[in-house]
Amino acid sequence: MKFVGVTSCPTGIAHTYMAAEALEVAARDAGHEMIVETQGSAGSDPLDPAVIAAADGVVFAHDLEVVGRDRFAGKPTIDVGVKKAISDGPGLITQAVAAVEQFRRDPGSVAVTVAGGSSAATGLTTKVESGVGTATRIRQWLMTGVSYMIPFVAAGGILIALSFMLAQIAIGEDGAIEIVKYSLTASGEDAAYNIAQNFDLLSLTSWAALLFVMGAAAFGFLVPILSGFIAFAIADRPGIVPGIVGGSIAVTMQAGFLGGIATGFLGGFVARWISRWKVHKGVRGVMPVVVIPLLSTLVTAGIFITLLGRPIKWLMDNLTEGLNGMTGSSAVLLGLILGAMMGFDLGGPVNKVAYTFATTGLGVAGAATDAPQLKIMAAVMAAGMVAPLAMALSTAVRPGLFTEPERENGKAAWLLGLSFISEGAIPFAAADPVRIIASSVVGSAATGALAMLFGTTLRAPHGGLWVLPLVGKFALFVLALAIGVVIMAGIVIALKSREQSKAALTATPLAA
Amino acid sequence: MSLITTDQVVLDLDAADRTEATRQLAQTLVTSGRCTDLATFLDDVRKREEQMATGLPGGIGIPHARSAAITQPSLVFGRPATGVDWGAEDGPATLIFLIAAPDGGGQEHMKILAALARKLMRAEFRQSLRDAPDAATVVEIVEREVVN
Repeated sequence: MKFVGVTSCPTGIAHTYMAAEALEVAARDAGHEMIVETQGSAGSDPLDPAVIAAADGVVFAHDLEVVGRDRFAGKPTIDVGVKKAISDGPGLITQAVAAVEQFRRDPGSVAVTVAGGSSAATGLTTKVESGVGTATRIRQWLMTGVSYMIPFVAAGGILIALSFMLAQIAIGEDGAIEIVKYSLTASGEDAAYNIAQNFDLLSLTSWAALLFVMGAAAFGFLVPILSGFIAFAIADRPGIVPGIVGGSIAVTMQAGFLGGIATGFLGGFVARWISRWKVHKGVRGVMPVVVIPLLSTLVTAGIFITLLGRPIKWLMDNLTEGLNGMTGSSAVLLGLILGAMMGFDLGGPVNKVAYTFATTGLGVAGAATDAPQLKIMAAVMAAGMVAPLAMALSTAVRPGLFTEPERENGKAAWLLGLSFISEGAIPFAAADPVRIIASSVVGSAATGALAMLFGTTLRAPHGGLWVLPLVGKFALFVLALAIGVVIMAGIVIALKSREQSKAALTATPLAA
Repeated sequence: MSLITTDQVVLDLDAADRTEATRQLAQTLVTSGRCTDLATFLDDVRKREEQMATGLPGGIGIPHARSAAITQPSLVFGRPATGVDWGAEDGPATLIFLIAAPDGGGQEHMKILAALARKLMRAEFRQSLRDAPDAATVVEIVEREVVN
């Protein structure tokens, strides 16, 4: 038989070539032909397309993404880490021979290289590498989703922040309250708030409203994109449909980014499972366009809606009831709990309950300037600003602990945090949920409790920095916020540093 | 340009562990001026080793790195009297190849190292190094098999 292969390793001076040699020698010893493309530091001489075309099978022994994977599309493939080839070249050749024979009998039953898959040169890319442990792999799946979500956070968040700023100028101190009433679909009594029908080129308010509806539209994609690209990282292309549709359903069900992570994993695994089915030749053609998207979406969305719909409702009802039952108990404790809830899922169900509890209170607060409802609103907003600001601070102080896209997102997070757009922290939380959520809960709870303790008040439901004129005791409000931000940033840095040093010591990748 | 000289052959390497063995082998590069900063180079090798031990089946250890402290592609050959654990599953290493490459070395240089890496997979090459009576023979084998 004829084989081709690709080898690569991180340093590119030793294992790449040793693996190539091991494979070529093993193939020759077993009476086959093999040519290996070494993607190392001595430059790689690309395989002649004619040689690839003539090959029966492919062996990838690599720790870096195979460059130009598309060239090998449709051939039975053995895909392993580089060290495997060095330690057991003959074994891999045996495997490759078996794969080719199996492929000849039943092409559907053997892993083949997929065109347009995870090629480094073209198309969508994932951050998933082969030959790593489960924990690393989960993190790579999450990071893939996050890296595609970040641009949406930046675009949407900055549009909304700018809209608040313009509204502040155009309308005055109630600007941020007024501007969020605008939409593209308002009708009937609210028809004046339909910006699509009432846009006025010369009105600053119109421009602010325009920015707001665009920003809100971009934000609508955060969770679907996160979910879709987590699924993509797991299942490659087939994961995108169940991931994005599932994520969109998670948004509608108010399940937040944690719901989106759930649909991403669910969609990814379902799509991967279905795409590995052995199917009849006649059906194979319609698998990617009809069967996989249809079935994987059906299963993913079906499971999520039927299984999680009621628990989410139950959770939100109970949390709301619990908060309502707290009237009369310690204000500081209430602030602490509300703060923790705001920081927990950043726009998810728990956060929504705390926020709705506060805004509902505003309606009955009346004219008194120090009504308890106004204090609750102040505590909730301050707490909601903690996570994005703390992440912005963390990335500024210790950039080395974060990836490049995270650092970029950190810069945008300043503006988002100051505008009370908690979503600015979602990319960080989605990439590293346990550490970031733990830090966020502590920091936000501290700010919530302090804001209550200081007796700060607020009669605007959103706006962040842009409604500071509406904040009572605003110096203390800022102090409460700053303390929470510093606490959270401190914990984030401590946890991430510990993780990093631990990873450096115990790294046991099969990578070379 | 030679990959290895007799100064870069340590036939009676006496080291308790990987770190110590690597340090002794790297020291020869400092002496010959091929390594400008021992600490930096050792750090680069250690980082590579931490990613995954470079021990291979058959008693081989190939610590290696690309490093800013290295001036030209170099090989240091060490043959410890008693094996040094290099993280391979089948036991300690008795042949150690320290491979040093300059950061951003040219293609020609890298091709020599690539050829060396390929040779390391050949049992007869390894055996001939195991049997070499002196440093001059080691250099001669490497020059004959790899450089040409």
